[in-house]
Amino acid sequence: MSDNPTKKKEKIPRQPMAEQEPQVRRHNFDEVPFGYSDEVALLEAQRCLQCKKPPCMAGCPVEIDIPGFIKLVAEGDFIGGARKIKETNTLPAICGRVCPQETQCEVVCVLAKKGDPVAIGRLERFVADYERKSGDIQIPKKASSSGKRAAVVGSGPAGLTIAGDLVKMGHAVTIFEGLHKPGGVLIYGIPEFRLPKAIVDAEVDYLKKLGAEIRPNVVIGRGKTVDDLLAEGYDAVFLGVGAGAPVFMNIPGENLSGIYSANEYLTRSNLMKAYRFPDYDTPIALGKNVAVLGGGNVAMDSVRTALRLGADNAYIVYRRSKTELPARIEEIHHAEEEGVQFKFLTNPVEFIGGEKGWVTGMKCIQMELGEPDDSGRRRPIPIKGSEFVIDVDMVVVAIGTQANPVVPATTPGLETNRWGYIVADPQTGATSRKGVYAGGDIVRGSATVIEAMGDAKRAARAINEYLKTL
Amino acid sequence: MLNEVIENTKLSDIVVRMVIEAPDIADTRKAGQFVVLMIDEKGERIPLTIVDSDAAKGTLAIIYQVVGKTTAQLAEMRAGDRLFSVLGPLGRPTEIENFGTVVSVGGGVGIGVAYPITKALKEAGNKVISIIGARTKNILILEEELKAISDKLLISTDDGSYGHHGFVSDILQNLITSGEKIDRVYAIGPVPMMRVVCEVTRPHKIPTVVSLNPIMVDATGMCGACRVAVGGKTQFACVDGPEFDGHEVDFALLATRLRMYCDQEKQATESTRCTCHER
Ligand SMILES: Cc1cc2nc3c(=O)[nH]c(=O)nc-3n(C[C@H](O)[C@H](O)[C@H](O)COP(=O)(O)OP(=O)(O)OC[C@H]3O[C@@H](n4cnc5c(N)ncnc54)[C@H](O)[C@@H]3O)c2cc1C
Ligand SMILES: Cc1cc2nc3c(=O)[nH]c(=O)nc-3n(C[C@H](O)[C@H](O)[C@H](O)COP(=O)(O)OP(=O)(O)OC[C@H]3O[C@@H](n4cnc5c(N)ncnc54)[C@H](O)[C@@H]3O)c2cc1C
Ligand code: FES
Repeated sequence: MSDNPTKKKEKIPRQPMAEQEPQVRRHNFDEVPFGYSDEVALLEAQRCLQCKKPPCMAGCPVEIDIPGFIKLVAEGDFIGGARKIKETNTLPAICGRVCPQETQCEVVCVLAKKGDPVAIGRLERFVADYERKSGDIQIPKKASSSGKRAAVVGSGPAGLTIAGDLVKMGHAVTIFEGLHKPGGVLIYGIPEFRLPKAIVDAEVDYLKKLGAEIRPNVVIGRGKTVDDLLAEGYDAVFLGVGAGAPVFMNIPGENLSGIYSANEYLTRSNLMKAYRFPDYDTPIALGKNVAVLGGGNVAMDSVRTALRLGADNAYIVYRRSKTELPARIEEIHHAEEEGVQFKFLTNPVEFIGGEKGWVTGMKCIQMELGEPDDSGRRRPIPIKGSEFVIDVDMVVVAIGTQANPVVPATTPGLETNRWGYIVADPQTGATSRKGVYAGGDIVRGSATVIEAMGDAKRAARAINEYLKTL
Repeated sequence: MLNEVIENTKLSDIVVRMVIEAPDIADTRKAGQFVVLMIDEKGERIPLTIVDSDAAKGTLAIIYQVVGKTTAQLAEMRAGDRLFSVLGPLGRPTEIENFGTVVSVGGGVGIGVAYPITKALKEAGNKVISIIGARTKNILILEEELKAISDKLLISTDDGSYGHHGFVSDILQNLITSGEKIDRVYAIGPVPMMRVVCEVTRPHKIPTVVSLNPIMVDATGMCGACRVAVGGKTQFACVDGPEFDGHEVDFALLATRLRMYCDQEKQATESTRCTCHER
C-alpha cells in the first residue's frame, strides 16, 4: 500500500507560507507573507493529484489550467508554470495574493474533502514572482495590426486585462484613467502589506511594452465623454470604471472630523502614500482608538492600516457575527493575529463629537440574529435598550461602495439598472450602446479582481469580433 | 509640452497667477470649473479654479494664494518647469443665464475664483456689479480686469488702505439699502465672508450662490473627503458643486473640516505659517 503514489502524496501536509511575525508586521507596511521557497513549492506541487476532471478549474472564474501549471512546478519548470497560467490569466502575481481561493478553486479541491486542499493560490503567487524576479518575461506575439482603435476607460483589473488582450489581437489601445496612477483598486485600495505596488507597476510596464497607451489624469464624462471618444475615431469603447463611490451610514454626526470613508482613508494611505508623511505631502489622521465599520476585505485593509499607523485599539464593528464576515479568511486570520478587536453583532447609530468638531465616541446598539434574509444570511435585529458608547477618535466607514454616476450620466442611451450599474450582456459585455462594452465592478457591483478580469476577457473576444465587422 | 508652466507671475505678495499648457482642458472648460494638480509624485493633489483659458494657445490660467507647502512650492516654479499632473476640468460649471442684475462679491484670492464667473455673467447680458475686498491694498488683485467686465466696481479693505474701510458685506448691505434691485448674488472668498454675505441677502430673499473650497483628494466623487452639508443633506463638493445655494450651506461644518489637518500642515510647511485659522 505504501507505494501507492496517491497515498504518498496525501502524506505531504499542506505547506505553510513563512510570514512576518504579527508583533513585527503590525508596525510596518511591508508585505506580510514571504512566499514559498523553491523547495517548499516543489513539495506543495507534489500534493496535487492531477485529477482527470479537475474541479478546481471549474471553480476558477477564468478556468486556469491548474493541474497543468502545478505539474510544471512539480517538475521544477517554474517559468513554464507561470506561462501556463498566463495563457488564461494575465495577472497571476496579483491573483495569487488577493483571490478568495477558499471559495473558488481550493474549496472544491479533492484533497479538501479529507484534509487540506492544495495551496493553489500560494503556488500561483510563487511562479509569478519567480518569473518576474528572473526578468525572463516573455512579450507574446501580437496579431498583425488591424488598423482598429479601442478606448479603455479605467485601469483597474478589468481595464488592464482587456487592454492586454486587445493589443495582442492587433488593435491599437488607449487606456484613459482618472487618477494620476494606473491600477484602480490595486493601487489606491489594497494596501502595500497585502499587494506590493511594485507588482502592479510591473504589470502596467508590461502592458506599455506590449504597446498599450496609458493616459492618466483623464476623467471620461468630465471634459471628454464616451461619445467624444467614438467621434474621435475609437471604434469601440470598454468601460471598466469600477464601483468607486463611497457609501456612508447616514446616521447623525457622520461629517465630524476624523470620520473617513474607506475609499478616502485607503486612497490617502496607498495612492498618496500618507503613511510616509511628511516624506510624502498628503496627511492622514493618526487615530489611537479606531473603529472600522464593516466586515469585508475593505474593512480588514482599513483596520490593519490603522494599526500600522499607530492605533492602540483598532476595532472591527460588524452588525452580524463572525460566520458571516465576507472578508477572505486569510485577512481575518491576519487581522486577529495582529491584535484587531472584533465587535460582532454591533451597529453604530450615532457619532458623538467633541471639541473642534472631532469625533470622540460612537453610540452603538447590540444586535441579535433573526430569520435568514434575501441573501440567505440571518438578518441582524437591534436589541431594544442595548445602546452603549465606544470611545473612538477615528472611524472608517467600510460598508460598501456604489456606482459613480459620471459615465452613465454623460452617455445618452447607456442603460443602467436601478442601482446605477451598467447593464451588460454577461457573455460579451455588450451594453445598450453599439460599440460600447462594460465589465468589472461597474456591471457587477462590488465583486472581485478575478471576476473583473473574466468579464474583460469575454469582452475582448466580443470586441474583436465586432471590430472585424467594421 | 503638456503641463508646462508658461508663466508664473506675482499679483501681490501672496497671490500668484500661473499659466499652464493643458490643451484638452483649455478646450472644454467652462466658468466655475477647477483643476487638480500635483507638483511631483510625492506631492498633494490640490484643487484650483480655472480662472481663464486660451483654447487657441492650449493654455489655462490659475490664481493661487500661498497658504501652505504646496502653494509655496508652486510659487517657486518658473516658466519651462513641468507639473507632474493636471486633471480637469472638474466640478459642475456655473449656471449662466441672464438673471438681470447680479452682484459678484469676491474676497481675497476668491476674487480670482469669481473672475471667470463674473465674466461669463457679463457675456450672458447681465448688469454686473462687482464688489471686491482684501485685508489691505497691496494684496488686492484683478482690479483692472474686473473693472473692464463690470458695470460697476466697488472696493473695500479691512484696514481702510483703499476703498471702503470695512468689509465687502458692508458694501452689499448699502447697495441693498439704497434700493438697488438685485436678482442674484455670487459670493466667493473666505468662509466667514461667504457666511456674512449670505446673512445679508437672506432677509431680502436674494438667491445667493457660494463656491465652496473643502479639502479634496481625488475630486472625482470617489472618496467623500469634500463632503459638505447643504439643506441638511450631505453633498460632495467636487461633483455636486463646488457651487451651492448659500442660504442652505452649513458654514460652521465647512470651517471645522478645513482645520482637520492643521497640525500636519504646520509640520509640512515648517517655514511657512499655518494660515488655516484665518480661512
Ligand atoms: C480595499 C479593497 C480591497 C479589496 N480586496 C480584494 C481582494 O482581496 N480580492 C479580490 O478579489 N477583490 C478585492 N477587492 C475588490 C476588487 O478590487 C474589485 O472587484 C476590482 O478591483 C474591480 O475591478 P475593476 O477593473 O472593475 O475596477 P477598479 O479596480 O475599481 O478600477 C476602476 C478604475 O477606473 C477609474 N475610473 C473611474 N471612473 C473613471 C472615468 N470616468 N474616467 C476614467 N477613469 C475612471 C478609477 O479611477 C479606477 O482606477 C477589494 C476592493 C477594495 C476597495
Ligand atoms: C474647488 C476648489 C477651488 C479652489 N480654488 C482655489 C483658487 O483658485 N485659488 C486658491 O488660492 N485656492 C483655491 N482653493 C484652495 C486651495 O486648494 C488650497 O489653498 C490649497 O490646497 C492649499 O494647499 P497647501 O499645501 O499650499 O496648503 P496646506 O498647508 O496643505 O493647507 C492650507 C489650508 O488649505 C486647505 N487645504 C489643504 N489641502 C487641501 C486640499 N487638498 N483641497 C482643498 N483645500 C485644502 C486647508 O484648509 C488647509 O488648512 C480651492 C479649493 C477648492 C476645493
Ligand atoms: S474629493 Fe473625493 S469625493 Fe470629492
